[in-house]
Amino acid sequence: MTGWELTGVGQLIRLIVRRDRMLFPLWVVVLGLVPVGYVASFNGLFPTAADRQHYADISVHNAGFVALYGQLSGSSIGELVAWRAGFLPVLVALFSLLTVIRHTRTDEETGRTELIRATVVGRNAQLAAALIVTVVANLVLGLILCVAMIGQGLSAGGSLVFGAEFAVAGWAFTAVGAVAAQLTSSARSARSIAIAVLGLAWVLRLAGDISAIGTGSVAWLSWISPIGWVQHAFPYAGNNWWPILLTTLFTIAAGRLATVLLGRRDFGAGLFPDRLGPASAAPGLRTPLALAWRLHRGLLLGWTSGFAALGLIFGAVADSVSDLTKDSSAMSEVFARIGGGNAIVDSYLGSTAGILGLVAAGYAIQSTLRLREEETTGHTEVLLSEPVGRLRWAGGHLLFALLGPAVVLAVAGLTEGLTYGLIDGAVGHEISRGLGSTIAQLPAIWVLAAVATVLVGLLPRLSAVAWGVLTVCLLVLLVGTTLQFSQWVLDISPFTHIPHLPGGPASATPFIALTVVAAGLAAIGLTGLRRRDIPA
Amino acid sequence: MTEAIDAEGLIKRFGSTHALDGLDLRVTTGEVHGFLGPNGAGKTTTIRVLLGLMRADGGTARLLGGDPWTDATTLHKRLAYVPGDVTLWPSLSGGEVIDLLGRLRGGFDRKRRDELLSRFDLDPRKKGRAYSKGNRQKVALVAALASDVELLILDEPTSGLDPLMEQVFREVIREEKKRGDRTVLLSSHILSEVEALCDRITIIREGRAVETGTLREMRHLTRTSIQAELIGSPDGLPDLPGVHGFQLQNGRAVFDVDTDALEPALQALVKAGVRSLISQPPTLEELFLRQYQGVAK
Repeated sequence: MTGWELTGVGQLIRLIVRRDRMLFPLWVVVLGLVPVGYVASFNGLFPTAADRQHYADISVHNAGFVALYGQLSGSSIGELVAWRAGFLPVLVALFSLLTVIRHTRTDEETGRTELIRATVVGRNAQLAAALIVTVVANLVLGLILCVAMIGQGLSAGGSLVFGAEFAVAGWAFTAVGAVAAQLTSSARSARSIAIAVLGLAWVLRLAGDISAIGTGSVAWLSWISPIGWVQHAFPYAGNNWWPILLTTLFTIAAGRLATVLLGRRDFGAGLFPDRLGPASAAPGLRTPLALAWRLHRGLLLGWTSGFAALGLIFGAVADSVSDLTKDSSAMSEVFARIGGGNAIVDSYLGSTAGILGLVAAGYAIQSTLRLREEETTGHTEVLLSEPVGRLRWAGGHLLFALLGPAVVLAVAGLTEGLTYGLIDGAVGHEISRGLGSTIAQLPAIWVLAAVATVLVGLLPRLSAVAWGVLTVCLLVLLVGTTLQFSQWVLDISPFTHIPHLPGGPASATPFIALTVVAAGLAAIGLTGLRRRDIPA
Repeated sequence: MTEAIDAEGLIKRFGSTHALDGLDLRVTTGEVHGFLGPNGAGKTTTIRVLLGLMRADGGTARLLGGDPWTDATTLHKRLAYVPGDVTLWPSLSGGEVIDLLGRLRGGFDRKRRDELLSRFDLDPRKKGRAYSKGNRQKVALVAALASDVELLILDEPTSGLDPLMEQVFREVIREEKKRGDRTVLLSSHILSEVEALCDRITIIREGRAVETGTLREMRHLTRTSIQAELIGSPDGLPDLPGVHGFQLQNGRAVFDVDTDALEPALQALVKAGVRSLISQPPTLEELFLRQYQGVAK
């Protein structure tokens, strides 16, 4: 294997498998098996072909559905299941890129790689090991899905394409993660870059697909997105293999790019060099809050611009949604049943607000867990050895968990209302509807941030479980109603309690209740934080 | 004399391990106190308890006359701390970190800061992630030393510094010592550094203080190594209480002797007739090694 510089790759693969032995089964098996539940639930909900046809006829033009799940190809049970599982490849991609970055740039940044590279290990071995493990994990995920679907009585050919769709979605972003890991010297920036690429791919897919069910003017947007490609495999319908092949080629090309970049850069460095900073601090940098602002401002800017773009796209698409009502009279009745809203646009705006809310909850959790990150890196120890109380230190970061999501949601609501308002001519009205629907998500977001605070305060080593809680909420949103979970399961997610806005009945009670719950949890978490050892 | 640090019987458990097992530590105001112990002996845990970062499971601790846990914030205005493993915020420059830490403590001497920067030969414009271990250490040292505080708590402050910088560090600490009102708790592994700087020393092992005192007092408690060329035969010398590891080869006797048993041993040597004699007081290293290996107490 000389020339490839892969000496020791086997050992490194074993190391990765050993370190992630709990994580891999979690996402590989869970994401691989989620669609199985859809089969039974679609069979239960729509027992006859006529029922399914009726549902498909409505859904195929439902912009909210198309936004979330992609285009629906037909009404067979396999097609419905594959379509409804349309957001899961994004999650597979997310876990894949996080895994690759964790085992490349994170290790390099913390110095673990230095320890390994000093032994008999080839230059490319670590990147190769991370790529191989993640690619194989995705393959296993795809196989689990394929076998499970065949077990549910679906066609082998379609199940194979279905499994391949998930696997290559993971592959593509495995390679994207590997490239991002070469660009910057910090793992955090690498994650931000890779996740931004994934977000962009998803939004392009969304805009292209929604356009495709309307005028089709920008339908081509789906074709510049790997997420768009994999969704055009259409399992159980066209069984297209060429998007799978295209995505595989993309993976190979991006993976190759990553190794080229790795060869061009110095150890520990990124492609973007570090610049010098100021020799003295600005006069304002004198409080824990000012430090928190320094540490959070980049993140806030990134999230704000991302949400502004999302709002823009959601708002622009809303118009083609309103056109749909003109074609079909049966729609409004059905929408009252499915979405809970009265008008189709309301339902669409409501579901986009729900998505934005969940994504913003990710931001809130990320900001809250910064507390734990500061602690484990040793920064907190230095700050607390100064005349800085624990609450003052924590407060600086929690302020961003509290208000950061408010800012990004407001921006998204604003741009959504503005673009849709400019199209339908009622700017003020649409802005207030957009703002209302997004801001309404805040209390639920705060509850999740407060859960993260409790973890940091009382069970610091389990802080990352907060991401698990968010994943549960996401699954409740994505599959809860389809799988007909009992109400108490749905009630676990604070987002279930948020009234559907705009259009839905809005009472103040759930907002107040959720805020009170969040405040109570935060108080418990902070009390724990004040009493425990730091670092713990 | 007042005590800057007065800890008695500190106990700290992490699960089933006893990180501190009845630790006593007394540091008098104005002294430089060496804090020695092998890895994992509990030095850092002790410091974290003194800083109010961790709460002891037992025992009492007073720091600058206050309670380190409940009065943490007010006490910290009067001390500065350099952790053993300095990590800086990756996106902040060294200068920004120094200024921030100084201002949080309530202001610092700008001239002193710039003087220290040049003495330690540190570029304050680099970002936290770009510094080497030694340079990160320097950032923390400058931040701590530029502040006018009563107590400096330094946890292995010279790890990662090159020998030249270590000399600068020693000079600075000696200057601080001359002021007479600054107390320094210096946890270290570098024995020559402790020997050169410290007035008193506490050696800890497995969470307990096993020796404490001045270097001179400690030497008194321990053994002297003797090498002697003898004319006659040293009858009875090997059996004297306090004589250890006696070996005799070609009229050359080599042994260690407890300090309080020195006199009878020398008399026995004189009786045998001494041609030459080398006597060595124990070095700090020997004290240290003996405590580390747990040979005798």
